[in-house]
Amino acid sequence: MRIGVNNDVCSGCRVCEVICSLRQFKENNPKKAAIRVKGHFPAPGKYEIKFCDQCGECFNSCPVGAIKEENGHYRIEPDECTGCLVCVETCPKGVVFTHPDLTAPFKCTLCGDCLRYCPTNALYDLDGEVAKR
Amino acid sequence: MSKLYGYGGTILRIDLTTGEIRKEPTPEKLCREYLGGRGFVAKLEWDEVAPGTDPLSPGNKVIMAPGPLSGVLLPGSGKCEFGAKSPQTGGYGDSNVGGHLAPEVKYAGYDAVIIGGAAAKPTVIVIDDDKVTLVDGSKYWGKGCIEAEAMIKKDFGEDFQVATIGPAGENLVKYAIISHDFGRQAGRTGVGTVLGSKKVKAIAVRGTKSIPLAQPDKVYEKAKQMFDRCFSLPGFKEWTPYGTAGVTDWVNEVGSFPTKNFWTGYFEDYKKINGPSLRERILVTDKACFNCPIPCGKYSKTKTSKGEVYVEGPEYETIGMMGGNLLLGSIEEIAYVNYVADELGIDTISGGGVLAFAMECFEKGVITEREAGRKLLFGDLDSACYLLEKIAKREGIGDVLADGVRAAAAKLGKGSEKYAIHVKGLEISAYEPRYAPAMMLAYMTADVGAHHNRAWAITYDVQVGRDTLEGKAKRVIELQHIRPLFDTLGLCRLQWVEIGFELSHYAELFPLVTGINYMWDDLLNISERIWNLTRAYSIREIEGFGRDHDYPPPRFYEEKVPTGPAKGKGLTMDDLNRLLDDYYALRGWDSKGIPTGRKLRELGLDYVAEALGR
Ligand code: SF4
Ligand code: SF4
Ligand code: SF4
Repeated sequence: MRIGVNNDVCSGCRVCEVICSLRQFKENNPKKAAIRVKGHFPAPGKYEIKFCDQCGECFNSCPVGAIKEENGHYRIEPDECTGCLVCVETCPKGVVFTHPDLTAPFKCTLCGDCLRYCPTNALYDLDGEVAKR
Repeated sequence: MSKLYGYGGTILRIDLTTGEIRKEPTPEKLCREYLGGRGFVAKLEWDEVAPGTDPLSPGNKVIMAPGPLSGVLLPGSGKCEFGAKSPQTGGYGDSNVGGHLAPEVKYAGYDAVIIGGAAAKPTVIVIDDDKVTLVDGSKYWGKGCIEAEAMIKKDFGEDFQVATIGPAGENLVKYAIISHDFGRQAGRTGVGTVLGSKKVKAIAVRGTKSIPLAQPDKVYEKAKQMFDRCFSLPGFKEWTPYGTAGVTDWVNEVGSFPTKNFWTGYFEDYKKINGPSLRERILVTDKACFNCPIPCGKYSKTKTSKGEVYVEGPEYETIGMMGGNLLLGSIEEIAYVNYVADELGIDTISGGGVLAFAMECFEKGVITEREAGRKLLFGDLDSACYLLEKIAKREGIGDVLADGVRAAAAKLGKGSEKYAIHVKGLEISAYEPRYAPAMMLAYMTADVGAHHNRAWAITYDVQVGRDTLEGKAKRVIELQHIRPLFDTLGLCRLQWVEIGFELSHYAELFPLVTGINYMWDDLLNISERIWNLTRAYSIREIEGFGRDHDYPPPRFYEEKVPTGPAKGKGLTMDDLNRLLDDYYALRGWDSKGIPTGRKLRELGLDYVAEALGR
């Protein structure tokens, strides 16, 4: 499974954000989501999905090896993380996030919930393992 | 006290006169008895706005309240209620806005924000989690709603959710809106006017907290099931492409489309202003409120003789009130007027009613070209835009029209009362009800004045027969309890109304989120309590309020529908009285439309019974 994105059909509903936080943290809080949707209004009236494509730059940048590679995704191990935030700065897409409650940053772990529940198929599975609706 | 799940936990009070900001824990009793959103607004208006307060004086309060389910993962959880004593009707006022405001208020930790007093100079209320500040808003004063929103997001941060008023709100036009998310509005009853009277240009909110859930694992599972159910319903694919504009054809086919100031119920050009014209000709993107799977927001770019602009919409109400009702037969032109009204901060429903009233007054010679400053013509984009500008600035004829059709007719005289299409001082929204008795009764009895959202009963008329009065009151009452419940829980109702998503889902989710073991009937019972409270509020505030305030304008019982599918149809005064008699009896109200002491006590409104001497 890999996340594919079609910004043109995104409606900005942010189901992806909330389901991500509920899945990862068991908390209902889009500020704890590893995916974000940004609106560009009033012009040109478009949404832009900020998502992780598992490029691995964060993994390469972590000075203490706290980011692990697992089945096609990278995961930050909070217990090993020193909170230096180098990964946050390195991420070319700006999708390694922080939250005031948390000492370690967090990122997408490719659980697939957002693309399964995106109502518009703006998020979909590039590998086609999750069927489009 | 046990922990409040589903709630932010705090009520925020702002006194603009003294600059004092106070926080208090949200009382559990208030949550259990009034739930949130509209329920909080109704209870707080009753308790905190002293009887007899002038709606535009510092004593009035604007209350902003999300609901217990706002911001929670479920279809359509982005609705925020605004309330204030209405400057339009003098009675209970509230209005609801979608977008992303309600969730953000919850993430900042608040269940209600109570804004009282009045600031000395233009102000922006900035709520950044626990930090609340009153910031000088002079640089935004005079700007359009959307222009100001863009500026404020740039200045304070793109992750703020922002509500603004426009020049109309600043200049105390009685039907001024509160705007949010570049084209969503709390449009009705003049909530924006009251904010303007307090010199509040905008409210900006940012929150980083989690909403506490009683059973997070179960909420996660139930929410997924709710989305899957929405995806599987046929309406998910059929209704969504056109949103509310999709109903334009049907309303014309049943002869209930407001046309030429509600002169008739059918507009020949309706195919040029319907859902497909919107989608094919001007759509830029679908635009959803928070967590909505069926985005009714249609963000557009329109080009007319007056220029090219972006606008959210037009949605159905605007198509009705500024299309058919003004005889504008082009989706581009309607979208343009929509843009002008949105930037100026004028409600397109009341605004459409007022413009049509002015055009009919011009046609009938009540307003002359000299008084108006130009010709005011149906079907003319220039006339419409000219009037909106004049109204927003309260210049010339605009000053008279800025008070709404009831007040304008009283001032203009010359029989213009006949062209003032309103109930209780609130202009009627976009369903022509002469051949839809349940819809007529819905307008007559809606607590805020003639508004469709309390009971969209026209579908019931069409379903069970439009010539009969039988059973109509019963259905209207049912709807008046179900529909406002969404405003109380902080949710959108369109998933239920438009694609048939079942009500039972909300009842199942509610205890998982809040830990309060209410069944659907308990929630409906609270909704009935709130309905009686808002009625009582208007009784308390308006001298002699009752049955006389529940009649529609004379056009609706003196004139038959002249053209279209409903041609020759209409209701008589006897019909209206029969509808009201049925309605009052079923509600437990007396023949004057006043709730009985017994009914009030049965609903736990003893304090209301006492205040009304019942
Ligand atoms: S795949 Fe999972 S972890 Fe990654 S953004 Fe989507 S919901 Fe969040
Ligand atoms: S769930 Fe899909 S449509 Fe909604 S904001 Fe996310 S990407 Fe856009
Ligand atoms: S149906 Fe429309 S109003 Fe309701 S939540 Fe969806 S976008 Fe908002």
